[in-house]
Amino acid sequence: MSAGAEQNLNFNDILLEIKNVTLRFGGLVAVSELSMKVPRGAIVGLIGPNGAGKTTVFNVVTGFYKPTEGVVEFDGKKLTGLKPHKVCAAGLARTFQNIRLFYNETVLENVMIGAYVRQKGAWWQNIIPFSFPGAAKEERDIRSASLELLARLGLDSQADAVSMSLPYGAQRRLEIARALATKPKFLLLDEPAAGMNPQESQELLEFIHRLRDEFDLTILLIEHDMKVVMGVCEYIWVLDRGALIAEGPPEVIKASPKVIEAYLGKEGLVAEASEEVSHV
Amino acid sequence: MSLNMFIQHFINALGLGALYGLIAVGYTMVYGILRLINFAHGDIFMLGAYFVFFATIQYKLPWGVGVVIAIAGATIVGLLVDRIAYRPLRSAPRISALISAIGVSFFLENLAVVVFTGMPRAVVQPDWLMRPIPLGPLGAIRLIPLALMVPIVSFVLVGGLLWIVYKTKPGLAMRSISHDIETTRLMGVSVDRIIALTFALGSALAALAGIMWALRYPRVEPFMGIFPGFKAFIAAVFGGIGSIPGAMVGGLTLGFVEIMSIAFFPNMSGYKDAFAFILLIVILLVKPTGLMGEKMEEKI
Amino acid sequence: MKIRNSVLTFLAVAALGYFLWWAPLNLDGYMLRIINLIAINAILGLSLNLIYGMAGMFSLGHAGFMAVGAYVSALLILTSEQKVKMWILEPIAPWLLNLHTSFIVSLVLAGLAAALVGWLISLPVLRLGGDYLGIATLGFSEIIRILIVNLTPLTNGSLGLKGIPAHTNLWMSYGCLLATLFFMIRLMKSNFGNVLRAVRDDEIAARTMGIDTFRVRVLAFTLGCFGGGVGGALMGNLITTIDPKMFMITQTYSLLMIVVVGGLGSITGSVLGSVLVTTMLEWLRFVENPINFGGIQIPGIPGMRMVIFSVLLIAVIIFRREGIMGTREFSWNWFFPKKAAHEAKGAVGE
Repeated sequence: MSAGAEQNLNFNDILLEIKNVTLRFGGLVAVSELSMKVPRGAIVGLIGPNGAGKTTVFNVVTGFYKPTEGVVEFDGKKLTGLKPHKVCAAGLARTFQNIRLFYNETVLENVMIGAYVRQKGAWWQNIIPFSFPGAAKEERDIRSASLELLARLGLDSQADAVSMSLPYGAQRRLEIARALATKPKFLLLDEPAAGMNPQESQELLEFIHRLRDEFDLTILLIEHDMKVVMGVCEYIWVLDRGALIAEGPPEVIKASPKVIEAYLGKEGLVAEASEEVSHV
Repeated sequence: MSLNMFIQHFINALGLGALYGLIAVGYTMVYGILRLINFAHGDIFMLGAYFVFFATIQYKLPWGVGVVIAIAGATIVGLLVDRIAYRPLRSAPRISALISAIGVSFFLENLAVVVFTGMPRAVVQPDWLMRPIPLGPLGAIRLIPLALMVPIVSFVLVGGLLWIVYKTKPGLAMRSISHDIETTRLMGVSVDRIIALTFALGSALAALAGIMWALRYPRVEPFMGIFPGFKAFIAAVFGGIGSIPGAMVGGLTLGFVEIMSIAFFPNMSGYKDAFAFILLIVILLVKPTGLMGEKMEEKI
Repeated sequence: MKIRNSVLTFLAVAALGYFLWWAPLNLDGYMLRIINLIAINAILGLSLNLIYGMAGMFSLGHAGFMAVGAYVSALLILTSEQKVKMWILEPIAPWLLNLHTSFIVSLVLAGLAAALVGWLISLPVLRLGGDYLGIATLGFSEIIRILIVNLTPLTNGSLGLKGIPAHTNLWMSYGCLLATLFFMIRLMKSNFGNVLRAVRDDEIAARTMGIDTFRVRVLAFTLGCFGGGVGGALMGNLITTIDPKMFMITQTYSLLMIVVVGGLGSITGSVLGSVLVTTMLEWLRFVENPINFGGIQIPGIPGMRMVIFSVLLIAVIIFRREGIMGTREFSWNWFFPKKAAHEAKGAVGE
């Protein structure tokens, strides 16, 4: 599957660029001099053993942490220093390692909340009926667009269910649906396969491809499941203790002795095993 | 301002600050462990003052006995409050326990109105605490023993508490709970008992603060705990919530701000209760963890 | 379905209108006062619920915003002669002496003044979370009270204001309540209502979804303060005297009780909570009055009312944390259970 997809990689058209980013917490170096170039339209992965700083990179990109040094650029514009909500408005959406839905809200409401960032009508325009037909229409449109989005992700039958009541896999899909509702150009998925069985992981591979093609996205994912990573990613960065130790297409990564040592080596295997246990 | 006056104010501020600190220690211990603002703490302080009032003035018991009764009484109330109003809410959202704490505070205040009536009562100060003793060159400075006793007793008590927290096994368990309650439970520590011990210690100190407060401002009334309670909590936040030395530093800071600002700007005295709150808001904005607090971050 | 519910809502409002016309002719002043208080407490409860229940900000400052509203309104409708007579400690500020507006205008200005104060306070304070926010808002509420006590030329200090014209009547208070209800229902049903709940439930996820959570919070807080100011003004014009002691933390506690008993985040809950808490607080007065049991005189017990009240608050929190309604809302569909089970959520008043 990945062989054909590799043609997508065009390093002359970069959507997201991480330039020499270092992040320190006091004396601890969480990310050190990381540089990444993500080509537009690609599906790429960020891997590494536990505690390598992968989620921290996501948090830097999405504005939750400000890097100590270096910048992040998105579509040629500087992203560093923007608050998380501005980052989202700029076209980056993400999911979380441990799913973070609005659990008291229905499935549909979750998606509508995602759409709010693109809503133009002001909050007060919907208070008095019939006075702002434009705003009222916009809200109806958001509702129908959200329902349509749910249908495309196969969640429409549960639109009125409270999101807490969804099974695990559906919650993951809803989190992606909510991210898509913000109309992103770039999607960051934090361990989308966590807690999935092999068959579900297989379906996920196809799902991620579909997402990229149907929604015209660039996707960066963090993943522990090597099958998923190797199966879907066209290009991979390997992080160990905050530093980049390898990058390249899956075949190169598979063969890299450094990666095997850090990630698939003795310690890596142990880490993976414990991962599996914690996900049961 | 003469030197004599200044020293009087200084001792006064030291006493008030030490009392704030003594109450603040109870807030900071409970918050450190349960992340709960124990609103009822100020009312335990009030009860301590009432108990000693009744024991010594109503029933003519000697002061020593009165103090023991007050400490025992306040400790029992503190334990009951934890058992009845807080323990059932350990797994509930934190705000629920906070509302329960508000309810308890409200309850104790009004219970005091019912039982003791709402009228303020005068406390008769023992003579030996009030007879001025000349100090300094030529006896230029005259201080009453009470003014010196309050800070000294407070510091000794907090020293004792620090010893318990840092040098004994239950103290180790307390510190461990404040880091991670679940893991501590798994280690076989009886968490509920350690929490009860925390409440008992905090309540006993609050009772002692209440007794000294009643001696300083010689009267007791059911709502006397509200403002000292708020201010002590502010002191705890100021010093860094969870830190016992921090609570003491916060209390002293507050005592000095309050006494000295009025000493130097007498026409500001109407605003004296506002200083603490302004200090709180400033510290929360500038350094939310307080002077000696540890940083807590939410994991994303 | 929609038409049916609209008809029912219209009928309910008409029935309320009839009641408001009937009540003053048939009920005594004490009863009318309680019925008025229910509406005012419902407005106050709803405004606190907007801040706490819907947007998740634990505010203990509502009494302060009520005080701002009550004072602004009273100062605007008292006559110059009344003002001259009342300020005996210090003369009234000259610019305030001849300031005068109608009651309705004073209500709006009371709300705006409270909202302005709330907005100013929210900018620094809403950077805090959880219980720190509670303490900080409590602190500001106390600061407001201390200012009222000390700014005698503006507020007549601790003496308070007396002889405020009793403008609040049933039409006023229930009119304001209906307006508040309408506003709240429309707000919470719009997508912005979803956003408010999102900010309450998971701030980090909300920020990731492009929501400026700080701005949303400030907005909700300011709106809630507006309601607090209007409620305070109505209260002042009902009781006709106000003084700084009225706006102590106790006042905030009873509003908190209304919100918690009714159900955090439920509009219906706050209204029910107001009915329950207001009538209970009045009814409990009997324990503070002497009771005559067939010739045996039992003396009243001062303070007992609040003891029972606080025990109930603790009991509700321990045994029924979600209150009466939880986060549910009233819907006409309750009366037509089978037909429209899937429409039940959030169909208030349609």
